[in-house]
Amino acid sequence: MRTTPKWLFPVLALLPILGLYGCIRVYPIIETLRLSLFQWNIISRRKPFVGFANFIELASDPLFLEAIFNTTIIAFSVVAITIPVALALAALINSRQGLRRSGVYEASVFLPHVVSLVPAAMAWKWIFDARLGPLNALIGFFGIPAQSWLFDPVLSLVCLIVLCSWQAIGYAVLIFLVGLKNVPDALYEAARLDGASSLQAFRYIAVPLLKPVMLYVSVITLISSYNIYAQAFVLASDVQGAPGHLVRVLVLDMLENSFRNYRVGYAAAEAVVLLVIVLVLTGAQFRLFRDRSRA
Amino acid sequence: MSEHEHPSVVGQNRAVALVIDAVLCAVSLMMLLPLVFLISNAFKTPPELLAWPPTVIPHQPTLDNIVSVLSETPLFRWIGNSLIFATLSTASIVSTSAIAGYVLGKFDLPGIPVIFGVIIATAVVPFEVYMIPLYLNVQSAGLLNTWPGLLVGYLVMSFGIFLIRQYVMTSIPDELLEAARVDGAGEGWIFLRIVLPLMRGPLGALAVLAFFQAWTAFAWPLVVMTNKDTYTLEVGLALFQTGFTVDTGRLSAAAALALVPSALFFSLMRRNFVRGVAASGLKE
Repeated sequence: MRTTPKWLFPVLALLPILGLYGCIRVYPIIETLRLSLFQWNIISRRKPFVGFANFIELASDPLFLEAIFNTTIIAFSVVAITIPVALALAALINSRQGLRRSGVYEASVFLPHVVSLVPAAMAWKWIFDARLGPLNALIGFFGIPAQSWLFDPVLSLVCLIVLCSWQAIGYAVLIFLVGLKNVPDALYEAARLDGASSLQAFRYIAVPLLKPVMLYVSVITLISSYNIYAQAFVLASDVQGAPGHLVRVLVLDMLENSFRNYRVGYAAAEAVVLLVIVLVLTGAQFRLFRDRSRA
Repeated sequence: MSEHEHPSVVGQNRAVALVIDAVLCAVSLMMLLPLVFLISNAFKTPPELLAWPPTVIPHQPTLDNIVSVLSETPLFRWIGNSLIFATLSTASIVSTSAIAGYVLGKFDLPGIPVIFGVIIATAVVPFEVYMIPLYLNVQSAGLLNTWPGLLVGYLVMSFGIFLIRQYVMTSIPDELLEAARVDGAGEGWIFLRIVLPLMRGPLGALAVLAFFQAWTAFAWPLVVMTNKDTYTLEVGLALFQTGFTVDTGRLSAAAALALVPSALFFSLMRRNFVRGVAASGLKE
């Protein structure tokens, strides 16, 4: 009888993967934290330790403050639009469950979430276009003067919110549908026997049961909106020599500091701020979950 | 739904159902409209692009836009690059997740909970946070503009390991593995011949998820692949549309061509995709 030690297979199988994780996840994460405390311009040999100076500078850097302000507005607006709209859509789709149509609805709502980002953003860019875009033509039909959607600082923010919500809704609908299918039929049955309308049943049975799922989707949507970059890049890049107003978002500011201004330590400090935001959001979600399950 | 309803209630339900269908149809159309216009614009002549209301089906469909885009840009090359990148990334994520998920789910060694904890902890950190140090490593290894350099960011997926581990723990009985061991099967054989076939469902869902993740990657390929010939589709397209002399027709043609593979892939893999995304929503 051969006696290969029991631990041999798991150790050998796991080691290369752990090595990968160490090199491409753990090390860069730690390196981000470390670099945020240094001043470094990529080229120079000198990399002086500056403590929290990068963070202190960030606190009064107008570009960074603009970025964090924009990103926060976008993230919370996208959630404020996505969650109620997606909940309503999921409820409607769920009520048509079992019909062939419901699959078509589901797929059409979900498609924007999966198609490539850049072409989708380009489609919206045409819609928003000041001279040729159908949006201006549409509002002109109602007597509203044409707006320069992508050039105005406030409107370009609105455009970005619309684009990101359009992409986020499909994901939220999908998760809500899973949640709605998990609501036991017996509860609806009981509510109906008590004379509740389907709207009431949804409001007082499905919505409370879906609350954890809504919380989860909100946090995921917030986090992914804090990481947007491609959308801002595409909407702002110039077409025929006319650059749109650049909506400065966090990742964009970070990449600019790192690759255009060569301030790697400073950019790492921004990355740490992003990380802290994400950790706070995740932590809040866990906390709320635990409170709920205790109550 | 029940057959014992009062006739008037049934009539009312039918009216409600009709309204719901109307609303859902309208919303579905609105969601798809930007993409429909994009594809239709690709086939329009310059005068028709200016027409109001915009036509959905071009009156004089033309291939000029597509032909000129294909002659101006290496679009097929970019599509090829994206395909290779997404395929390799998927292969790596599926195999590492299968192995690590199995080992972490079925072997009881000291340290395994810690390892699992670290893997889950890295899942919380967005890629954008540690992208810069990773880039510097790739740069100092001389791997900019190479496949390995591009892939480095997309070799593992913490969620994949989590998903497979959950599946292994709940759906693969220990007795099955023990029986094989008693029969003298080696661990490698057990993994390849017994465990792997059982994991096909969740691995399929994971593969679709991984493929889309790589296919739509933007910031990482943008900084790592900087030659026109090494761009991925998303990057090539984003930089093409910044060009000075591109008009809507050609932009739409390029975007529409880029849209086709992902839309096609989605419609083929919808079940798997939905299953993967739904699973990602159930982790708590």
